[in-house]
Amino acid sequence: MAPASAPPLKIDWIDKLQRLLQTLAFCLAISGIQYAFRPEKPYYIPATYSLAIGTLTWALIDFGRHLFPSSHEYGWPKGFAGVALPLVGIVLGYLGGTLLADWSCGVSSWDTEGRAQLRISIGITVVAGTVISYYFYVNGKSAWLQARMAEVHSQATEAQLKLLETQLEPHMLFNTLANLRVLIGTDPVRAQEMLDRMIAYLRATLNASRSTQHPLGDEFQRLADYLELMAVRMGPRMAYTLDLPQALRDLPVPPLLLQPLVENAIRHGLEPEVEGGHITVQARTQSGPEGRTLLVLQVSDTGAGLGAAPQPAATSPGTSFGLAQVRERLATLHGDAGQFTLAANTPKGTRATITYPLSAPA
Amino acid sequence: MTTTPRALIAEDEPLLAAALQQELARAWPQLQVAATVGDGLSAVRQALALQPEVLFFDIRMPGQSGLDAAVELADAWPADKPFPALVFVTAYDQYAVQAFEAQAVDYLLKPVQAARLQKTVQKLQQALAAKAPAPDALEATMAQLRHLLAAPGVAAAAPAASPPAAAPLTVIQASSGNQIHMVPVAEVLYFEAADKYVRVLTAAREFLIRTPLKELTEQLDTSVFWQVHRSTLVRASAITTVTRDEAGKLHLALAGRPEKLAVSRLYAHLFKAM
Repeated sequence: MAPASAPPLKIDWIDKLQRLLQTLAFCLAISGIQYAFRPEKPYYIPATYSLAIGTLTWALIDFGRHLFPSSHEYGWPKGFAGVALPLVGIVLGYLGGTLLADWSCGVSSWDTEGRAQLRISIGITVVAGTVISYYFYVNGKSAWLQARMAEVHSQATEAQLKLLETQLEPHMLFNTLANLRVLIGTDPVRAQEMLDRMIAYLRATLNASRSTQHPLGDEFQRLADYLELMAVRMGPRMAYTLDLPQALRDLPVPPLLLQPLVENAIRHGLEPEVEGGHITVQARTQSGPEGRTLLVLQVSDTGAGLGAAPQPAATSPGTSFGLAQVRERLATLHGDAGQFTLAANTPKGTRATITYPLSAPA
Repeated sequence: MTTTPRALIAEDEPLLAAALQQELARAWPQLQVAATVGDGLSAVRQALALQPEVLFFDIRMPGQSGLDAAVELADAWPADKPFPALVFVTAYDQYAVQAFEAQAVDYLLKPVQAARLQKTVQKLQQALAAKAPAPDALEATMAQLRHLLAAPGVAAAAPAASPPAAAPLTVIQASSGNQIHMVPVAEVLYFEAADKYVRVLTAAREFLIRTPLKELTEQLDTSVFWQVHRSTLVRASAITTVTRDEAGKLHLALAGRPEKLAVSRLYAHLFKAM
């Protein structure tokens, strides 16, 4: 019996009818073959037995499935129950179906004449029952797998869409364009410079998913493009420092790994603050365990800080998604050796730190 | 109006603020821009100090959003002066624009284009010439703001991933020191947002929790707890009297609490004699 806590499997009556019709067709086919071998017996007799046994066996197995919570997944119980169910169904279906057909045809299958028949009909029932059970099992499983695949596919598409949405955040895009429009009239040289930055930023964003690694120097260049665009927009409210030692310029990093962190520093650190603040992006190495060298990438701001605005963090689509993305990429590349921490900056603001070992030991 | 109309621009991006001022100078030469501010808090302060006829409020601003600034301003606005004509400015807020359209609230999209601005200016000039009586103008603005704040995705300035409709909250878990107090919601008289915390008040005690008021609102039965102010949710059945002071503002007295609670103009429509 299904435990009371498990929700009952919802019965899909159209699906049930479909299976019943398939079973009936199968039974008629079997009785047709039987009739072909023994045409002296009227067709209705094997047909009655076949239909009675088949329908009862089907009903026992198909409705019996609902007693097993494990059949929720792809419509068939798991493990031992998956074999026991059709076995019990076939035995009971055979006995019950035979009695039913005996009663309706007015004969007895258990007397001397009938017993000779018994072996054949048991054989037919076992083979037919096994075949059709297996058919339904495979059918159910493939339908389940198809549904799963569709689900996984739609999840992947959704994730990709979300990524693009955060990268090309419309509010940022339109505000930048609005600034550009003003500069074209007042300061064409600066407008051109801003446009070049924007082109570089867009190109990097759209290419990011395609290339797997680029030099840290390029990463910082892309951050500079973005920060410069924001500096034009925010004016004196925002200042930034990029600190990349010459020796680290050629280290390969996943493209735009730091981008979400810088975006968050602006969006949740500086933007809510009336006075704005300062953003520092820094790369450095430090010695780690087992003589390995660790790469430390840090984005710190002097903005609102972690506890300040729980609401925007929860409601804007980018934030948690951006951080999850950083964690995910780090885990894929470095497993447990990669670390990501968010901490309070002193005296105020937030500090995001990525640490992972460089492949070559020092 | 005999005097020249004056405007206040609230926009955090300096280039855009300057550009709007220039475009306005072209489209409406008589309009005098009294001040330009860069955040939602100065917007309210300056608007009260200067009392201009027209307001251009950016939606996303530091300090507080343009919508919140408008609500705060309406609460503090003197009753005998007509409320200024309000124009919201936004770069891209799909939801906000839909809501503006639905409420016939005037808005401008950044980058601001001359032809579109011209239309807005015409509308503003007509509105100023019509000189609607003060309480009516304020009431109309309140109704619009109320609808805007209720529209999905507008107040948050981004489409919120709406949480699944959970069962209404029955117990508030408030920590103090190393213990957690289980406060039955049935005993709570009102909630009040205070800085980073929300104060939970029962007849006998006061607790502090960190859950934002907005999140609480979603988990409470809104027919039991009424929002009467941006920072106050009050048990409707605990209200004994509603008093109107000489400035036209409403105050609530509660059974079981000595203090009076102020009602925002935004929610004053909830209290009308039957």
